[in-house]
Amino acid sequence: MTLPSMASARLPAEGASRRNLALLAALFGALVIAPWVVNDYLITVLILILYLAYTGQAWNIMMGFAGQLSLGHALYAGLGAYIAAVLFKQFGIAPWLGFLAALPVAAAAGAIIGFLAFRFGVAGVYFAILTIAFAEFARIGFDHLSVVNASAGLFLPVTQHGYNDLWNLRGGPTMFYYVILAATMLAFILCRGLLNSRIGYFWLAIREDEQAARAAGIDTFRYKMYAVMISAAVTSFAGVFYAFYYNNLFPEQVFSISRSIEMILGPIIGGVGTLFGPILGAFVLTGLAETLNSAMVAFGVDLPGAKQVLYGICLLLVVMALPSGIWPWLSRRLGLTDGSR
Amino acid sequence: MTALLSLERVSKRFRGLVAVDGVSFEVPEGALFAVIGPNGAGKTTLFNMIAGAMTPDAGTITFAGAPIGGLTPDMVCRRGLARTFQLVRPFPALSVEDNVIIGGLLRRRDVAAAREHAQALLRRLDLFDKRRQLASSLTLPDRKRLEVARALATEPRLLLLDEVMAGLRPTETDRMVAILRTLNRENGLTILLIEHVMRAVMALASRVMVLDHGVMIAEGTPETVVRDPAVVQSYLGAEVA
Repeated sequence: MTLPSMASARLPAEGASRRNLALLAALFGALVIAPWVVNDYLITVLILILYLAYTGQAWNIMMGFAGQLSLGHALYAGLGAYIAAVLFKQFGIAPWLGFLAALPVAAAAGAIIGFLAFRFGVAGVYFAILTIAFAEFARIGFDHLSVVNASAGLFLPVTQHGYNDLWNLRGGPTMFYYVILAATMLAFILCRGLLNSRIGYFWLAIREDEQAARAAGIDTFRYKMYAVMISAAVTSFAGVFYAFYYNNLFPEQVFSISRSIEMILGPIIGGVGTLFGPILGAFVLTGLAETLNSAMVAFGVDLPGAKQVLYGICLLLVVMALPSGIWPWLSRRLGLTDGSR
Repeated sequence: MTALLSLERVSKRFRGLVAVDGVSFEVPEGALFAVIGPNGAGKTTLFNMIAGAMTPDAGTITFAGAPIGGLTPDMVCRRGLARTFQLVRPFPALSVEDNVIIGGLLRRRDVAAAREHAQALLRRLDLFDKRRQLASSLTLPDRKRLEVARALATEPRLLLLDEVMAGLRPTETDRMVAILRTLNRENGLTILLIEHVMRAVMALASRVMVLDHGVMIAEGTPETVVRDPAVVQSYLGAEVA
């Protein structure tokens, strides 16, 4: 199962990695000072962008690096969201500790799906369907689970005090902004480290040609399991963030397939298998949606569904023009890399 | 010389068809052993059983004193047998160097060490100048040498080559022959090759085994095998004429 074209070679041209670092530092710097410069509306947009950049990177570990297509990543985010939310609401356990509880559960869920698929040769499209099935099981199961208030939804108490309580993740948008910014940066560092290590090379080999990877001595079952488990564990934090940022959880929304699709659009538009692609894709997608919104308001257009149609057309054009994503093309144009990261 | 690889009465059936029928032979340590035979003789099936891609129905395959029949391909590779594919399968979207680094990481944890190892191999196989190119951009002769480089990077005791000369022009064939001979003589690498190109077999092999309809019909030095009447009739006759 491969998307049209994935990351190309890794070796950056001479000097490119330094320019790359400069770009990264500039982007990071701009994002750090953003809350002092932009208004509240833009902060909420940036939170959404960074949330999608984070989940896109997590999904990219599995698909972009190891070549295993998951269409059910909402499962791992949903598990993170519900576990942290229930622990907080019922026992007053802080979300950071809740995340530590959610992480192994999400990884175990990934391991179960991975084991079933990889042991019994479920691959490609069939693997993708299996991942959807498990997210659907969770949706239906949680809809009937009284400890999470079933389909009536789980609500976190919203505090009124004026300060930011980082330990309990109770506070204003700026606090949430810095939390997700830090998480996105950490995910980037993690992905970069993985891609440049032994495990990353083995994943790329599996993605490129599993039979040839085995012939080179790689235990492909084991390394595919690592990919699913790491990707699931990283994704679970996004759920914890989601729960405490939005304060309400409905199985119907949390585990819905549209949540999973939302996570994978960024990397696909930005560049599957690249390090910057998921981040760039999140900016482009959310930016596009918000621009369309404001444009339609400005021109006084009030056609229900028109925004979605325009959005769809824009995505279609990007995918047709740049099937391997925007980042490989952009980085070549900018002379940053040969398009691999 | 002791046998590095030995097959004893190895058979493989596909429904009614017996592809390999009770084949026994030994590849001594340090040998350059060639398996030849007409199309459909069972060469690739034999090769796949040694490489772990197929499980024999009967018989035993022993490598370095331990049975390897039925092991998975990655286990076989970790034991020290590395293979190439008849239809080359480099990792297309990765650079030439990364392709070989992946092989080198089998016995190294450190990427920098694997890169050093890969670069040394790329120099030997005349691919060093192309190391930053994508594997998919290489010509067929380059891809064939890349497959050999990737296999060698896993540091095998036995290199299994599946028609590595097929599709090469005579000058390219000679180049590959020279590379393999050097690896065999200077590094003591044992090589088992399945080959159609007699020019390469005659130039390279220390021993030749001829397979026809799944049965071994001759084995010996290249000079004696090509004069064997059964071999001439079943295989060489057509090609020489």
